[in-house]
Amino acid sequence: MSPTESTLPDDSALLAVRELRKAFGSHEVLKSVDIDVRRGEVVALIGPSGSGKTTVLRCLNGLEIPDDGVVDFVGQLAVDFSAPVSKKQLASLRDRSAMVFQHYNLFPHKTVLENIIEGPVQVQKRPKAEAIAAARELLARVGLEGKEKSYPFELSGGQQQRVGIVRALALRPQLLLFDEPTSALDPELVGDVLTVIKELADEGWTMVVVTHELAFARQVADEVIFMDGGVVVERGHPDTVLRDPREERTRQFVDRLLNPF
Amino acid sequence: MTINWDLVWSSLGPILMGAVTGTIPLALASFGLGLLLALLIALMRLSRNPVFAAIARIYISVIRGTPLLVQLFVIFYGLPSIGVTISPWPSAIIAFSLNVGGYAAEVIRAAILSVPKGQWEAGHTIGMSRRQSLVRIILPQAARVSVPPLSNTFISLVKDTSLASLILVTELFRQAQQVAAFSQEFMLLYLEAAVIYWVVCLVLAGGQSVLEKRLDRYVAH
Repeated sequence: MSPTESTLPDDSALLAVRELRKAFGSHEVLKSVDIDVRRGEVVALIGPSGSGKTTVLRCLNGLEIPDDGVVDFVGQLAVDFSAPVSKKQLASLRDRSAMVFQHYNLFPHKTVLENIIEGPVQVQKRPKAEAIAAARELLARVGLEGKEKSYPFELSGGQQQRVGIVRALALRPQLLLFDEPTSALDPELVGDVLTVIKELADEGWTMVVVTHELAFARQVADEVIFMDGGVVVERGHPDTVLRDPREERTRQFVDRLLNPF
Repeated sequence: MTINWDLVWSSLGPILMGAVTGTIPLALASFGLGLLLALLIALMRLSRNPVFAAIARIYISVIRGTPLLVQLFVIFYGLPSIGVTISPWPSAIIAFSLNVGGYAAEVIRAAILSVPKGQWEAGHTIGMSRRQSLVRIILPQAARVSVPPLSNTFISLVKDTSLASLILVTELFRQAQQVAAFSQEFMLLYLEAAVIYWVVCLVLAGGQSVLEKRLDRYVAH
C-alpha cells in the first residue's frame, strides 16, 4: 500500500484551495479560506466548534458545495465554484479524496469486508478477488485480521474507526480527509486510531485532519492551521502555532485545550 | 345452536378453493405491484422536484382520503360509463394496487428518512451516485425498518380483498356467501370464513417474525 504514484517530485503541490466561501442561510461559515497541501504532507485543521474547519473538509469531498472559490488539484482538475459546477466535475473532485467520518458511518448491513470492497468493486469496477486481497492486507495492517466477516455492531468504536480508515484507503485516493476521527471514541481507544493515522502519515499519505488532539497534531502534522469564525487565523509549523502562536486567539484556544479547567 | 358439521366439511372445499385461487393470488399480486408503486411515490415525495413531490402528495391524500370500496366501484362500475370496461380480476388488482401504493408509500418514505444522513454521505465518499447509494446502502436498511408496518399493510390487504366479492371476483368470501345463500346457514358460513381469514393472517404474522429475525442479524441486541 502506498499513496498514488506520481512522476512529480514528492513535495510538489497537490491541492490549492482559494477563497473558499460557504454560507448556510445567512450564516457565513467560511469567509474566504485558502489552503495549500503538498504531496505527502499532513495538515492539521484546529479551531473551536463552529469555526468552519469541518465545512472546509466537506467542501473538498463534495459533501458541501461551496458558494464561491476554487478547489484546485494542481495540474489535474481545478473546480471554480463562482459559476455553476457540473455533476461530472463534482464527481471528479470527490473521487480524488476519501473521508473518514467522526461517527465512522460504516454500512451496518454489510460485513467489514463488504464495507471495504463496496467502493472498489461497485464504483471503481475493480476485480472482486483483487479488491478482497487488498482489503485483507489493509485490515491486517491496522490489526483487524480475522474481522472480515464481522458486522460493524460487533466491533468496538476504535475497531470501527479503523475499518472506516481502511474503507477510505481502499479507494486509493490522493488525499485522505479525517473529520475529528477520534472525537466519538472512548479515551482508551483513541491511541490505537491515532497510531494508525500516524503510520499512514509516515508512509507518505497526504492528509488533512480536523482534530482536537493537539499532541497528535504537534507530532504528526507538517502544518497546523488554526481557524476561527470562518477564517484562517494562523498557520505554520506545529511548534510555532501550538507553542508560540503569534495571534492572541490562537493562544487562548490552545491554552483552553491544554488546561480545560 | 347446534353446529352442522357436515356443512362445515362440505363447504370447506369451495371456501379454501376461493382462498387459494382468489384471495391469496389477489393479495400477492396487488401487494407486489402496490409496493413498486409505493416506492415510486415515496421517491417522488422525497424528490427535490416540487412537481413530483406535489403529485405524490395529492396521490397519497386521495387514496387515503377515500374508501377502498369507493375506489373499487369507480374502477369496475364507474369507468364503463366513460367507455373503459375492465373485467373483475384486473379491476380488483388495479384498485388494491393503487390503494397499497398510497399507504405503503408513506411507510417507505418514513423508512428511508429513518436511515441516518451519514449513510448517504458514506456512499458519496466511496464514489457512489445518489441512485447507487439508494439501492445498495439506503433501501436495504430501510427495508428492515419497514417490515413491521408493511406487514400490517399486507395483512389488511388480505382481509380487504373480501371487497372483491362485490365486483364478482370468486374469492374466499364470495364462496362462503354462495354456500350461505344456498344453505341459509349464515352464521356458520361467515364464522367459517372468518376463521380461515384468521388462519391465513396467523401464517403471515409468522412469516413477518421470520423476516424480521433475518433482517435483524446485523443489528446490536
